[in-house]
Amino acid sequence: MFDITLIVNGVPREARVPARRLLSDCLRHDLGLTGTHVGCEHGVCGACTVLLDGEPVRSCLTFAVTVDGHEITTVEGLAGPDRPSPVQRAFAECHGLQCGFCTPGFLCTTTAFLRDNPAPTDEEVLEGISGNLCRCTGYQNIVKSVHRAAELLAEEPT
Amino acid sequence: MTTKLFGEPVRRREDARLISGQGRYLDDLGPGALAAAFVRSPHAHARITHIDVDAALEVDGLVAIYTWEDLPAGVCEPLPLLIPHPALTHGRTAYPLARDVVRHVGEPIVMVVAKDRYVAEDVCSLIEVGYEFLKPVVGIEEAVSGAHLVHEDVPGNVGAHLVQEVPSADGRSAAEAIEAAPHTLSFRLDIERSACTPLEGKGVYARWDADDQSLRVYSSTQTSTSVRMALAAKLGLPLPKVEVIAPDVGGGFGVKIVHPWPEEVLVPWAARLLNQEVKWTEDRREHFISSAHERAQVQHVRVGFDDEGRVLGLSVEILHDHGAYTPYGIIVPIITSTQLLGPYRIGAYRVEFSSIYTNTVQVTPYRGAGRPQGVFCMERTMDKIAQHLGRDRADVRAANFIQPDQFPYDQGMIFQDGRPLIYDSGDYPESLRKLKDLIGWDDFPAQREAARAEGRRLGIGLGCYVEGTGVGPYEGGHIQITSDGRVHVSTGLTSQGQGHETVFAQIAATELGVPIERVSVVTGDTRRFGYAVGTFASRAAVMSGNAIALACRKVREKALRVAADALEADPRDLEITDGVVHVVGSPSASIPLATVAVLSNPLRYAFDEEAKRATQFAGAASMDRPPVAEGEEPGLEGKDYYSPIRSTFASGMHAAIVETDPDTAEIRILRYAVVHDCGKMINPMLVEGQIHGGVAQGVGGALYEKMVYDEHGQLLNASFMDFLMPYATEIPHIETDHLETPSPLNPLGIKGAGEAGVIPVSAVIAAAIEDAEGLPIDRMPISPSDLYAIRRTAGN
Repeated sequence: MFDITLIVNGVPREARVPARRLLSDCLRHDLGLTGTHVGCEHGVCGACTVLLDGEPVRSCLTFAVTVDGHEITTVEGLAGPDRPSPVQRAFAECHGLQCGFCTPGFLCTTTAFLRDNPAPTDEEVLEGISGNLCRCTGYQNIVKSVHRAAELLAEEPT
Repeated sequence: MTTKLFGEPVRRREDARLISGQGRYLDDLGPGALAAAFVRSPHAHARITHIDVDAALEVDGLVAIYTWEDLPAGVCEPLPLLIPHPALTHGRTAYPLARDVVRHVGEPIVMVVAKDRYVAEDVCSLIEVGYEFLKPVVGIEEAVSGAHLVHEDVPGNVGAHLVQEVPSADGRSAAEAIEAAPHTLSFRLDIERSACTPLEGKGVYARWDADDQSLRVYSSTQTSTSVRMALAAKLGLPLPKVEVIAPDVGGGFGVKIVHPWPEEVLVPWAARLLNQEVKWTEDRREHFISSAHERAQVQHVRVGFDDEGRVLGLSVEILHDHGAYTPYGIIVPIITSTQLLGPYRIGAYRVEFSSIYTNTVQVTPYRGAGRPQGVFCMERTMDKIAQHLGRDRADVRAANFIQPDQFPYDQGMIFQDGRPLIYDSGDYPESLRKLKDLIGWDDFPAQREAARAEGRRLGIGLGCYVEGTGVGPYEGGHIQITSDGRVHVSTGLTSQGQGHETVFAQIAATELGVPIERVSVVTGDTRRFGYAVGTFASRAAVMSGNAIALACRKVREKALRVAADALEADPRDLEITDGVVHVVGSPSASIPLATVAVLSNPLRYAFDEEAKRATQFAGAASMDRPPVAEGEEPGLEGKDYYSPIRSTFASGMHAAIVETDPDTAEIRILRYAVVHDCGKMINPMLVEGQIHGGVAQGVGGALYEKMVYDEHGQLLNASFMDFLMPYATEIPHIETDHLETPSPLNPLGIKGAGEAGVIPVSAVIAAAIEDAEGLPIDRMPISPSDLYAIRRTAGN
């Protein structure tokens, strides 16, 4: 067993985990952050995507012990102090989710994507979200949501 | 009413929690629960010779191991055959844990309960099961040969055989009509297996309350009420001591309507036995090999038609692969064989299907539920007729359409609900006109020629469908307006992402004249509503939407009556606006619904300031009648049910333009157009969302997804790495247009929209590829390799 400390959504969180504990399970079951979802456990669907030191990673393909001391952002940490983040608001506004199971992964992916590319083209948006599966929406409104999020982010006071 | 909410693109009320990680899906519940895992058969067909658990017993954290031998009466029996049918002469269902014989890879044999899933899987890996191999039966041809049997007592592997025949108006059989027709064609079509694959698999979490002797079960199900009844029966518990709740569910698409799954029986049983909370969350491989698939059929078609392309006689023989078991009866091939007729009025029709056992995962409805296959059959037929006659494909369809003045139109068959296949309304010529405009049908030949001159291959295709939606028997709605003015709506059917909380709130707010913010909606919780059927067959909006509207109307009438007493007015002069009852034309004479709720419950005890108004010395009550008058009930609440005479028939037409690469045979969808008619739309934004999602699943089924079994019955692509579900990069932009032909069958005039998008996609893509290539496309899905092979076979 290993004692680890993860900085999750800005807060140091301690856990005692075996070496094989997946980061997704650690977040969900050890730390109670069940917003991160597990859709395939083999790194294909992207539902479990979280930000590791700001970069999107598959938490189902990451052992918790390997990220000891690192910064993790989950869907629970995306919102601002008063309201959901521009990316979250855009998904709600554009009907970018149905069952919502894949949504946390898309939100984390999109957050990092728009940080790196604040004004993406259609092609770039498709590329940016092409590592996440959604079975409900047919993606059209997700693409729309990403563009809308870019607009909302541009309107944010810096 | 101040705000018109019905018909508006109201934003979803579900989203606030789902975008912030505050949803509660099955595996998010019960953090302290024990975990269940299963030893599943690695073989498609085998006799179990022994099960050795010795090596597993030493694992730290193990709680219990169960095999079939350990199960008590009730639990140990085969799972229910949910929808019996006289033609299903050899229906068979699985035991919750295999008894003696396993019949597909993935069948559960041993259940392990341990302190967490990691340990439970460790234990599973140490349990040794001995097998004596039996010959696996894989594929429809192998199965119908009857050389080897999936069930020893099912000769020829035929579970069901059904013939429906509708003679022509002049009394000819299909065979006679085809024989006499000026033109005939016969051909074979093949459709492969796919599956729902919701992003969240199945799961069940059970709590036994020993003090209360009651069971609470959470399940990622499409029918909590029916799971509850099944569990009470299986476990021998009084129904009032069992409650089942569908929490947030991460997609269903049909697979979660099947119930009770083995795990849905075993986990609650173990929780009660162990007196501890137990949870099982399906992993992705389990979902592939132990849930359900759909679609696989072979169809033999014979059609006779006249010079205009009008179908005079149609005969279809369907071989339907239903896998190892038939818990859902023969609903899928029944739907294929009836909905095959689409928007057409044809001469004589005969359809015959055999539903066949194979040593593969069972087949139960997946979005569309047999319709994609039926539409593939009919639309390929229309295209072949057009090609044979050298006529325009749209014109041939138009020549066969049921006309708007021919409704209600009786197709002369029995539908999946056991009731007549009578279409209630529609306007197919107008749909076709809109579709041709949207895709630019008439201009396309020039576009195709221009592309060809550049060495590019473009093709266009279209497909039409009719979908029976809103099947019975019933759904109910309950409305309670509490003394704080809040409106609590509940219905028994469940939600898997459709947005029911939003659309049902729109209906209630519109009917009651209250702000939508005051309305809350609960679905799929048997504590709130115990009678329901479930969410499937594009029925939720039609069934529960209308039931809720009817319940609201009852409550509204009562509210007006109580308010009329208080205001000394005639109820007919009252209306409700923004949650306030007032006299029309006299806004000062008004009373909030909150106060009406207080007054409608005569009180002895004042629990707060407002409640004083309803107490016995408040002076409001009439001395001429009892406080609760005859035929009345206390409280401002009401319940009603909607039970339709028969299904309501939505319809639509899709068209696509595709490009095929002359060298690599890559297939790209350049444009995709949808015209959709689901009657009056409650929320057009959500209807569009349903269409987008359905089309995407259709594109998956047409170009990418198939379940690849080898001859041993091993599913070779049981992961998202190998089963090619489309990403955003594979789905075209979907252009939509709508018709709103109201249903005359229900008060709101609505029809279902959930499944529609998926239904004609394979037919449309096949038609477009055929048009681009000039080669017949008779099987789906089609990959670049498949297309390349077709070209080579054609010597092209």
